[in-house]
Amino acid sequence: MSSATISPAPIGIVDKRRRSFILVFLCTLVGAAAQMLIKTGAATVTRPGFFGAIIAMLTNPPLFAGYCLYGFNTILMVLALRDGELSMVYPVIALTYVWVSLLSMVVFHEPMNVFKAVGVAVIVAGVAVLGRSKAA
Amino acid sequence: MSAPVVTPVSSILLVVVASLFGSFGMVFFKAGATNSTAGLKSLIFNWRVFLGIFLYLMSSVFFVLAMKHGELSILYPLVSLGTVWTLVWARIFFGEQLTKTKFAAVGLILAGIIFLNLGR
Repeated sequence: MSSATISPAPIGIVDKRRRSFILVFLCTLVGAAAQMLIKTGAATVTRPGFFGAIIAMLTNPPLFAGYCLYGFNTILMVLALRDGELSMVYPVIALTYVWVSLLSMVVFHEPMNVFKAVGVAVIVAGVAVLGRSKAA
Repeated sequence: MSAPVVTPVSSILLVVVASLFGSFGMVFFKAGATNSTAGLKSLIFNWRVFLGIFLYLMSSVFFVLAMKHGELSILYPLVSLGTVWTLVWARIFFGEQLTKTKFAAVGLILAGIIFLNLGR
């Protein structure tokens, strides 16, 4: 009885932009996980200096895993950048700060205080303002 | 209460250096991404993307050095400085407009960083 025509969504710039946003949002989750691994590994690095850090990135399991995730993150980001303006897409990454702050408290038991909470909130507000920029 | 963790100034400066390298990496990713035509191949075999990856790796080494000491909840948000650099490079290299809104956003991000350092 019902023969309603379902018109397919127009594939245009809006969809590209949405896809771009979703990719970047995914980056924030992957990026936060990577940071937790990187901090975990970096804290145990004993070899000093610049080359000590490079060797640790290859041999320290959490660090290596963290940077593998980071590499994956980078691929997602390059794909996202194909459809988005650099000054608009990149700041969305700042959402990662929220996840990292929360995970720092929960996993590393780092103390939270008013200044830190306000600081992260203001940074995220800055990101939100950027999203409202006319060029978006 | 857990024992206080001191975040040294040297770690903070290392994150600043890392954020600068990272923002330049971003510039080359963007240059490479817009320069490549359709297809993944043109994206992979692209010197701009390679240079972007190299700059990201440099940024990562400085970041590991920074992460050795101090609190993640202080050091990680400092990476947002990279956003400020990126807006400046976007203006200089891609001619993207630096609107009042973007200026306001940069102001907020910088204010946030100041607050974070007060909470150190």
